[in-house]
This record gives sequence, structure tokens and C-alpha cells, in this order.
Amino acid sequence: MTPRPLLAEIFVTLLYPLLLALSLWVMLRGHNAPGGGFIGGLMAVAASAAYALVHGARPALRKMPLAPAPLSAGGVLLALASSLPGAWQGLPPLTQLWWDLHLGGVSLPLSTVMLFDFGVYLAVWGAVGGYCLGLVETIEGRR
Amino acid sequence: MLVFAPVLIPLATALLCVFAATMPRLQKGVSLGGALALFLAGMALLRQVILHGPLTLVAGNWPAPFGIAFTADRLGVALVMIAALMVTIVVIWQHSDVDKAPDGPSLHPLLHGVVAGACGAFLTADLFNLYVWFEVALIASLGLLAQGGSLRQLDATLKYFALNLVGTLLLLTGVALLYGTTGQLNFLALSGAIAEQGNPLHLPLLGLLLIAFLVKAAAFPFFAWLPASYHTLPAPVLALFSALLSKIGICALIRLLCVVLVPAPAELLTMVGWIALLSMVTGVLGAAYHWDIRRILAFHSISQVGYMLLAIALASPVGDAAAIFFALHHSLVKAGLFLAAALVFRHTGQYDLRRIGGLYAAKPALAAMFLLLALSLVGIPPSSGFWGKYLIVKEGLAQGAYLWAGTALLVGGLTLYSMMKIWFEAFWKAHPNQNWQAPDGARLTPAYAGLAIVVAVAVIAGLFPEPLLNFAVAAADTLRGAGR
Repeated sequence: MTPRPLLAEIFVTLLYPLLLALSLWVMLRGHNAPGGGFIGGLMAVAASAAYALVHGARPALRKMPLAPAPLSAGGVLLALASSLPGAWQGLPPLTQLWWDLHLGGVSLPLSTVMLFDFGVYLAVWGAVGGYCLGLVETIEGRR
Repeated sequence: MLVFAPVLIPLATALLCVFAATMPRLQKGVSLGGALALFLAGMALLRQVILHGPLTLVAGNWPAPFGIAFTADRLGVALVMIAALMVTIVVIWQHSDVDKAPDGPSLHPLLHGVVAGACGAFLTADLFNLYVWFEVALIASLGLLAQGGSLRQLDATLKYFALNLVGTLLLLTGVALLYGTTGQLNFLALSGAIAEQGNPLHLPLLGLLLIAFLVKAAAFPFFAWLPASYHTLPAPVLALFSALLSKIGICALIRLLCVVLVPAPAELLTMVGWIALLSMVTGVLGAAYHWDIRRILAFHSISQVGYMLLAIALASPVGDAAAIFFALHHSLVKAGLFLAAALVFRHTGQYDLRRIGGLYAAKPALAAMFLLLALSLVGIPPSSGFWGKYLIVKEGLAQGAYLWAGTALLVGGLTLYSMMKIWFEAFWKAHPNQNWQAPDGARLTPAYAGLAIVVAVAVIAGLFPEPLLNFAVAAADTLRGAGR
């Protein structure tokens, strides 16, 4: 019987939400400015991969918000949808629009760019995460 | 917004089809809805373009040469309409049991992916963006090629991938180097920069692009991917591929030689002319050798691409119009022939001409539809093929290119030989197996309906060619006008 890597299990379980939060922050901030959808998505994949290495591919898949294929398709759909608000106002598709959300003294800028970035984030998480967990599953099957 | 619709609609349809993957009936409905929506958007765009001339829209409202521009002109929109028509027929055809593609969760997303890539390539006015759409179409078509998963299909997929990848890499290299020397990617801006700089280095770079487009168009000697892969495809996918894939290359070539390069260097045009000649001859000879209907038709695609290239090489308003007319004619007629071949297969059990026969007596309607399409491919008046070839040969003779025009006529004769071979073997002679019974057709109607639509459009285009010819002439004029 192989001993359970208890320390790693606890560590990764704690790390997983932290990594996801960090990836969302990177998505919003961008690496070297404006958008960070792609790099944020890759960080989310890293979170999923770390989880899969310790807990197995199946539980890691269950931890993702959707199955990989719909997740990436939904991401691209969101990115496509971000082209609509501009078109709605008679501007060319993908024209960026910004709104300020006032929350009691704090002004939060919202934009169609953010929606696009979030779409890219989900698409990368779904696609690369799907490949990655599929690989882990194959390796598990060989062992 | 309408300018982007032919790309956004198939992309959105493909993604929605991914969500509906677990519900096959819903997925088919979404797929048909997306195909019809694309058709309607194409009609609306066509109307706008005919009324008001080409429409240009730059994504993201960026200033003109920096943003990615889409230009809907007559050529692009006409090809979008072909794509919409063909994908609609494919979705209808999937309801039949005539050599249809295996129903998997990824079939419909990939079909619309190919259409999105093709429509993007038809409408984009940006060289790098053109490369992106080439890749979209390439990846989706790879998925469709590998769908069956048999060894034969994977072998075809590998060959298709390897040869197309070479073309794509050449394109990327050419785009990068051209951007390095001119600093432009937009077709019109590029045209201006090339004319202004007069850099002798541009000629080899444009040659790179030319070769990449010739690979995509399946011209001599870069056509190997086409006969290596087409015959492994199920009928509806094959029809879609034959209508769209080589046209992506042809459309890009027309834009390169009519919009980006004004006037195009004589060296490039002469090269295209000789390649056209060799494509016509090798294609038609390859077809004469084969007995599998799909292989015969696939080789004829290479030969027909030769005609389009010849028209482009003539580099005159009439030549451009002939190329555009011929491309539209060939998309329809060749797709129709592949569909007719699938019905021949369904009724006789084989694609091999030596083992089948007797269809003229058994299925006269199919025989009639095949004959109409075959005669159009050969170019017997009054068919759409006749008008296309007539324009090309007439313009060739007018320019004194007697060898080119004469070869075009000769290849027409050899095409007749191949079509008559199919006619005599599959339809006229008796079935070699006396006891052969066609399997009972449970679901033939959708297939016949799909074929009938293609035949009807092709026949109308042949009987009343004037609107379409005028359209092609106007399309050629806009291209040249846009280039100046």
C-alpha cells in the first residue's frame, strides 16, 4: 500500500482556491498591462493540474465549473458576445465600451474588454485544462 | 455589423453545437438554424453590396490601416452564399442514409468551423487575418477528415495536414517578411506601400504568398493533398470541402493579383499561366486513369482549378470576371457531382465503376441529374460550365495566348471522356452482378432533395447566365477599382 501524501493533499487543497483567485487577479490586471485572459487561464490550468497530480484527474475535472469542451466553447461564446454591445450602438463589432460602476464612493470601471478577457480565460482553462487532465488520466491508467 | 455576420454566425453556431453535444436532435436543429441564418445574412449582405458597392468595417473601431478590416465585396459575398448553401445541404443530407458522415458530437461544430474559416478568408482585407482564417479552416477540416478514425482516414488526414502545413508556413513566412519590409498588412495599404517602395525584394516575397495560395488551391505541382484525402471523406463533407477549400486559395490568389498588386508583375502572371496549363493537363489525365468515381472527380477538381488560374493569369477585366464566374460554377457543379456519386454508391453498393451499372434503367431521375451536372462540368452549351470556358478561351484567343486557349479546349474534350466513362459504366451498362438488388431506401428523400437544389441552381445559372455574368464582371471591376 502506498502511503497517502497527506501534506501535499492539504497543501494543494488550500492552494487551489488561492491559485484561482490569483489567476482572476492576473486576468483583470494583465501581465504587462491591458488584458490577461490568456495568462490567467494558464494559471487556472496550473491550479487544475496541481489538484489532479495529488487528488487524481477525475476529482480535478469535477472541480472545474463545467466539462472542458463546454467550458472552452462558453468562453469563446462570451468573447463573441463582447462584440455585440458595440454593434448594438451602431459601432463596429469588438469596439470597446466602458462603464463606471459606482459603489458608494468607489468607482469600478467595467468594460466589454473585460468580458472578452474573461471569455479567453475560460476558453484557455477549458481547452488546455482538458488536454492536461486527459494526459494525467492516461498516465494514471498506465500505473 | 452585417459584414462580420458571415463569420460570427457560423462561429456562434459551432459553439452552441458544442453545448448541445449530448442532445443530438437539438444539435441538428441548432446546426440547421445556423446554416439558414448564415444564408439569410448572406442574402442581406449581397443586397447591400449590389446596391451600395463594397462595405468595409474595421473591428474594434480602430483607424483604417491598423485595425483588422473586413471588406464584403461581390466576390467574397458570392462565395459566402455558396458556403451557406452547401452547409445547409450538408445538414439536410445528414437526415438521409446515403454515405452520410458518422453522427458524432463533434461533427456539426466542425462543419460550422470550416464554414467560419472559409467565410473569414473570403471577407478579410488583412493579410495576417487571412492566415488566421486559413488555420481555422485547416484545423476544423482536419477534425472532419479524422472523424471516421479508420487507418485509411488517418493516413489521409496526415497527408492533408503535412502538405497544407507547408503551405501555411510559407504563407506565414511571406506575411512576416512582407510586413517587415512594408510595415503594412491591410491589402490596400500593402498595395500602396509596394507600389511606392518599388523594392525588388518584394517579388520573391509575393512569390512565397503565391505558392502558399497555390497549395491551398490544389494547383500543379502542389495538389497532392487533394487526391490523397478527398476519397476517404463521407459524401456530404466531401461536397462541402470541394465547394470551399480550393476556393479559399483561389479567392486569396485573386485578391493578391488584382487588389494587392496593381499591376501584377508579368513574371508572376506568366508563372501562374503555365501552372494553370500543367494543372489542367495533369488533373484531367489523372482522372482518366482512375475507376473510383470520387477519385475521378477529385482529379477533375485540379484540372478545373487550372481553368480558374488560367483566367487569373490573363489579367484582364474579362479574365477576372471569368475566374470568378468559373469559381462559382465549379463550387456548385463539383459539389453536386460528388453528391450524385454518393447516390450512385447508395443504389449500387460501390464507388468502383467496374463493379456497378444499370442505373439508367433503375434510377432515371438520378441519371438525368448526373448528366446535367456532368455536361456542365464538360462545358456543353447551354450550361454554366460552357459560359465560363467560353469566356476564358475567348479572352485567351483575344490576347494571343493560343497555346493556353487551345489546351483549355483540349482538356474540355478529355473531361468529356471521363464523364462519359462514368455515364457508360455506372448508368448505361447492365450491373455486372445479375442478382444485385439495391438496398431498400429507408431515407433517400433528404439526399435527393439536396442534390436537386444544387442541380436546379446550376441549371438556372446555365440557362440564364446574364445576371450572373454581369455580377462577375461587376465583381471584377470592384476588385480592380479597389486596387487603384
